[in-house]
Amino acid sequence: MGEEVKLHGMWASPFSRRVELALKLKAIPYQYIEEDLSNKTPSLLRYNPVHKKVPVLVHNDKPVAESMVIIEYMDETWENNPFLPRDPYERAMARFYAKFIDDKLLPTLAKLGQTAGKEKEETIEEIHEQLKVLEDELKGKQFFGGQRIGYLDIVAMILVWLHLTGSITGQKVLSTEKFPLIHEWIERVMKMEVVNECLIPEEKRQDWIQLSQRAPKSASN
Amino acid sequence: MGEEVKVFGFWASPYSHRVELALSLKGVPYEYIEEDILKNKSDLLLKYNLIHKKVPVFLHKGKPIVESIVILEYIEETWKANPILPQNLHDKAIDRFWIKFIDDKCLPAIRKATFSPENERETAVEEACECLRTLESALNGKRFFGGDAIGMVDIAANFLTIWLRTIQEATGLEVLSVEKFPDLFKWTDDFISCSVVKESLPPTDKLLSFVKASLSQ
Repeated sequence: MGEEVKLHGMWASPFSRRVELALKLKAIPYQYIEEDLSNKTPSLLRYNPVHKKVPVLVHNDKPVAESMVIIEYMDETWENNPFLPRDPYERAMARFYAKFIDDKLLPTLAKLGQTAGKEKEETIEEIHEQLKVLEDELKGKQFFGGQRIGYLDIVAMILVWLHLTGSITGQKVLSTEKFPLIHEWIERVMKMEVVNECLIPEEKRQDWIQLSQRAPKSASN
Repeated sequence: MGEEVKVFGFWASPYSHRVELALSLKGVPYEYIEEDILKNKSDLLLKYNLIHKKVPVFLHKGKPIVESIVILEYIEETWKANPILPQNLHDKAIDRFWIKFIDDKCLPAIRKATFSPENERETAVEEACECLRTLESALNGKRFFGGDAIGMVDIAANFLTIWLRTIQEATGLEVLSVEKFPDLFKWTDDFISCSVVKESLPPTDKLLSFVKASLSQ
């Protein structure tokens, strides 16, 4: 029996795209199943009965849910191109900042679409503070992972999405003046073919913005 | 000098307790520094946890780590005695899933039920119970989430033991009862009665006074 890897995902979900990027970085062949979140496959419901959400990775018929749990599982199972550093302290730092992005930055970004006026300004201020944390993390490094793309870079792809959608909506929270290192990082990763393969295709970006403003609940982090 | 492990914590914090329990289970000696988080956070705490300014802060050889689960993963990777995560990679992934479920769903749902206004309470309690029902299924006939011995999921679920009991006693809230969740309730008893756990828990009467005082504000 070979290694059978399937990914239940959804094109507009950044969490799903994260796992796709991880699979491509490790050059793991996989079968992709696009889920229609309004009409989920019986497999998805069976593999993730608790949340009924994407992404779900199925490895030799064993499911793993939650994007960061999947990525850690992948790093432990396929040891080529490691995502996490070897040193336990460095690993803890990568996990901390990944959690920071998922638990702090993403919810604040989600809030942005729902606010106006003074509240919106305050939310933008909050986002800037959070982005500053990530900007500082890039000091002296090519990637969040150091010399090569790693665990935190995968999670930080949300910054690329923020940059691309900012150009479309005109809402630029990620300014080049305030966040030069993040911009350099974005340019650097966008030169990578695997990264580009996992971004929302240009023709679908407008749709994605509309979808995300309606806050889809069926993609989990 | 030795491995020098320090924990900045707060006696009533379940998150702080998670870290202390993991260290105790692995027999790792550490220095504990009590932080008065309500009134007067120490300069050291603020220095080590610039981003969140919270406890617990874990120090190993002078390097700080924050976020209790990130700390637990570090502890597991650094001290190999009495592992708290399974060897099997898929089982490990399942455990991490449940830990996330506890932190992202269970605890917020219980918090919501505790603080919800009268007219929203019934729904909030129902949602909290739904979480507990799902979590109980993860026990699946085992004594602990970790199997025969306490593991990281058990440690992560610590709040459901004396903290939840104290909140229920102080507020009359009924979420985790032996009638509704016999297996999960039994788990709380088994967890609390482990000698290592018993020694690490804050005194219940002191906790009850603290919770009552906090809720009345």
